[in-house]
Amino acid sequence: MSLSTHTTQDLLDQLQSGQLTSTELVTTCLDRIDAHDERIGAFLHFEREPALQQAAEIDRRRQAGGTLGALAGLPVAIKDNICANGTRTTCASRMLENFVPPYDAHIIERLRQADAVLLGRTNLDEFAMGSSCENSAFQQTRNPWDTERTPGGSSGGSAAAVAAGMTPLSIGSDTGGSIRQPAAFCGVVGMKPTYGRVSRYGLVAFASSLDQIGPFANDVTGVSRLLEVLAGHDERDSTSIDRRVPAYSQNLDQPLDGLRIGIAKEHFVEGLHPEVEQAVRSAVDVYRSLGAEIKEVTLPHSKYCVAVYYIVAPSEASSNLARYDGVHYGFRAEKFDNMIDMYSATRGEGFGDEVKRRIMLGTYALSAGYYDAYYLKALKVRRLIRQDFDRAFEEVDVIASPVTPTPAFKIGELIDDPLAMYLTDIYTISANLAGLPGVSLPCGFSSEGLPIGLQLQAAPFEEERLLRAARMYERETDWHTRRPAMNSNSAS
Amino acid sequence: MSELTVDDVKKVASLARLKLSGDDIARYQKKLENVLSYVHLLDEVDTSDVEPMAHAIEAVNVFRQDEPRDSLDQAQALANAPQTDGKYFLVPAILDEA
Amino acid sequence: MKVTTVVGLEVHVQLHTRTKIFCGCVNRFNPDAPNTQTCPVCLGLPGALPVMNQEAFRLSLVTAMALNCELARFTKWDRKQYYYPDLPKAYQISQYDLPFSHDGWLDVSSEDGETRHIRINRAHLEEDAGKNTHDESGRGGDSQVDLNRCGTPLLEIVSEPDLRSAAEAKAYLEELHLLLTYLGVSDCNMQEGSLRCDANVNLHIEQNNGETIATPIVEIKNLNSFRGVEAAITYEADRQQEEYSKTGRKLGDPGVEKETRGWNAERNVTFAQRGKEEASDYRYFPDPDLMPVTVSDEQLAEVRGSLCEFPAARRDRFEAEYGLSKYDASVVINQGEKFADYFESVAKGCGDGKQAVNWVTQNVLRELNERSVTVADFPIPADVLAALLQRIVNGDLTVKSGREVFDELLSDHDKGMPPSIERISAIIDEKGLAMLADTGELDSLIDATIADHAKAVEDIRNGKLQAAGPIIGKVMKQLKGADPQTVRERIIERIQQNS
Ligand SMILES: [Mg+2]
Ligand SMILES: [Zn+2]
Repeated sequence: MSLSTHTTQDLLDQLQSGQLTSTELVTTCLDRIDAHDERIGAFLHFEREPALQQAAEIDRRRQAGGTLGALAGLPVAIKDNICANGTRTTCASRMLENFVPPYDAHIIERLRQADAVLLGRTNLDEFAMGSSCENSAFQQTRNPWDTERTPGGSSGGSAAAVAAGMTPLSIGSDTGGSIRQPAAFCGVVGMKPTYGRVSRYGLVAFASSLDQIGPFANDVTGVSRLLEVLAGHDERDSTSIDRRVPAYSQNLDQPLDGLRIGIAKEHFVEGLHPEVEQAVRSAVDVYRSLGAEIKEVTLPHSKYCVAVYYIVAPSEASSNLARYDGVHYGFRAEKFDNMIDMYSATRGEGFGDEVKRRIMLGTYALSAGYYDAYYLKALKVRRLIRQDFDRAFEEVDVIASPVTPTPAFKIGELIDDPLAMYLTDIYTISANLAGLPGVSLPCGFSSEGLPIGLQLQAAPFEEERLLRAARMYERETDWHTRRPAMNSNSAS
Repeated sequence: MSELTVDDVKKVASLARLKLSGDDIARYQKKLENVLSYVHLLDEVDTSDVEPMAHAIEAVNVFRQDEPRDSLDQAQALANAPQTDGKYFLVPAILDEA
Repeated sequence: MKVTTVVGLEVHVQLHTRTKIFCGCVNRFNPDAPNTQTCPVCLGLPGALPVMNQEAFRLSLVTAMALNCELARFTKWDRKQYYYPDLPKAYQISQYDLPFSHDGWLDVSSEDGETRHIRINRAHLEEDAGKNTHDESGRGGDSQVDLNRCGTPLLEIVSEPDLRSAAEAKAYLEELHLLLTYLGVSDCNMQEGSLRCDANVNLHIEQNNGETIATPIVEIKNLNSFRGVEAAITYEADRQQEEYSKTGRKLGDPGVEKETRGWNAERNVTFAQRGKEEASDYRYFPDPDLMPVTVSDEQLAEVRGSLCEFPAARRDRFEAEYGLSKYDASVVINQGEKFADYFESVAKGCGDGKQAVNWVTQNVLRELNERSVTVADFPIPADVLAALLQRIVNGDLTVKSGREVFDELLSDHDKGMPPSIERISAIIDEKGLAMLADTGELDSLIDATIADHAKAVEDIRNGKLQAAGPIIGKVMKQLKGADPQTVRERIIERIQQNS
């Protein structure tokens, strides 16, 4: 069988009807990884046997007629910054190269309860800081559509794994676009839920007020299925909201009557690749043809998003990453003169360049004399950004925009210009600052054959509406069914 | 506009406990200054009557009940530590106490 | 040259909750099994998140109310960032610019009996760190880190620099200790470090020209006994005076910064702690993992309604209600809440506060000391002592006989017989004190005899007690077997009562 021609729903149906066993499915995924991952580099590590054992166990229970969870038998790949009891969680950093958490993240518990098969750990930019997987301490993930290009980041491994047919589902985390941007670059569907919708317990923190875990799949249904499992209140995360989780996948195929789509002029500015603009505008036309009302909205503070983000996120990161000091877990330098030197040597050697740069930036922004000018100022503009959205969502149900200014860039292209790299997140960052849900879905290809993403954003906790709106578009188009041509000698 | 000096970079590196080589400091100085001058874009926004927004959601009063949960056992607590004696985490001598 | 010692105290109190402040690990002093009371949260493991313990917050409110503090309607949590091996996240969750309470006060009796009004700047809630143990051999061996204590809820109570001597600082700390114990918010066990204190000390020196200068402020860290606080401040005041006379350095001079010193309890000296290589910059910012707390008037009223009577108020009430002297009221209150409860039951039961306070502060307290027990384990229950004292108050028993009964009740207890109200009557019978039970007979006999001895009565009233001799002899002759001492006391009492 081939994963690439089957949707999540197909696979679930086949597993349920007995046409397909989980063992077969997992074996297919593992074979696919064996065949292609040397080239793609999506996975940092995975354990074959435990995955197969878990699959066999689920098959056994299914045959015995037992009750099974919502994702029973489906493989899910996990970004390597989410803790699972007894499984190495490296954050693609030397600092945590050998770190084995003694506990499960909330979403790992949820996936286990849903009888998903935990397939392996996907690559990321170190501590999720980056937009290209170039900051991984261990390997470069390549874009399955063009291996000279990055898969995006930081959840590039999870996006590439789905795009390359190595897993039907994967998990990422999104702090400034780290799910949506790689989804767009790799031509898959990726979603960042509302802040507080999915528990962060067990997600290694980058910027706590922005981080959110979310799903990847080949289509909106797959993402909805996975989100149903991930979402929900967790009393171990104070920022997790106690609110009913709708059955997102249930009404997906019912089009929304009177859907109002917002277009912000601030999203179509200098720097936007014309082919991306063209694809997004065509997508909006599709909605128009479906009877949606298209309205202009204004988000006047959009242009400050990147500046706000590059104060808030590094500030929080500088604090969150202070704990990696060589005392209680993780890497410790071998040579040092004394206690303080041990700290500095450990952190100097254990972190990569980008992480150190952001720690420095955040430390500076929080330090005496600069706090008000940088950090406090950023928090105030952050509120203005949120207020822009509050006003806009009085007028419209979803806002449509590009995900990224350009299709996937080349490996090495932006690595020496951090600011240019940061600006690639210009369309995704605002959802994190404002706490909104956002989804990225395929809406076309560039002349070079690279996927282009459409971003839809909605008001907080409007995931159900957001996903239905996304599905309306997906039903009318076939972008999401296209797959990268993998080497012909591949298995499957 | 910010003028980030090499001394500033050294001071921040020391606050953040990051040992940097001379080359690193020079490179970081340049890149950090780039970002900082970009960030000054915010100066043009009037925020005089704006409350800072530290959280993405506006929840308050999130508490847990005072009920014990299982702790990890000693071996689990120490399992990831670079150096222990089986009971304690070990660190190089802390010198600042007379 | 008038020299005044000026002291402000920062007191850290561990709150008495079942679990730690941000996780479900038990909150228990346990240095013997290091690193057995930890979890991903208090180990600061990647991905773990804090959730606020409601009881820790409630206890904080209770304490702040008792300290007459203003309570914030909105409060939040901040991260205070510094590197130390006992702080696994490399930041302490604390409160910076919006503490939950501020601007309170605590009244303290100073040595001269004056009441001193000590202002409280703020009280805020934070997490305790773990504990480092250093190699004492001097060979620079590794330090050990135990995180059992890490995450214990800690209330920091910061006074204004209103204390004016080492003794006053000690008295403040004692009063605070008493209050916290009364409230039940902390066990305040200083040996176990549940009450720790930093003292900010300097001197105000009045010069000959009438001008007053201040010496540089020194913060003495980590004092953990009442005696230590007093001794360290005394030492530091002397040291600063000597230093000033040598160098003339004063607060506000260029280059003068707050100095941090440690306290060596063995050698009784403060010592300079190695200066930090950079000025501390804690980079406080709001903790994004924790939501703010809002407090409504209704919630505050509810907490207020649940409060016990504070020691100071109870002291005043004991003076007013039971006629105690200020001194006696303090002695009773300062013994702690249980002791004050015992006193109050006895006083209520016997109907005479003065009689009750004499007995509890003398006889009961002496026995407690001798037996090294607290009042909770005192063999004579309050109702039994009250019944005994009632007989004295009613004039059925002399104080002296009462003591005999008291001692007998205790020796009963030591023989395994529980003291009871019934036993009081039995002892009175056994000891032949019973005759006094019929006070009518004795009193009418005394009254009749007194009437015949006007001169002696006059003398006794004038303080010549030996004049009672003939009256005693007469009464004894008619009441065979009576205790002459008892008869003597009763005669004197009757004469004085009838005067
Ligand atoms: Mg403190
Ligand atoms: Zn814990």
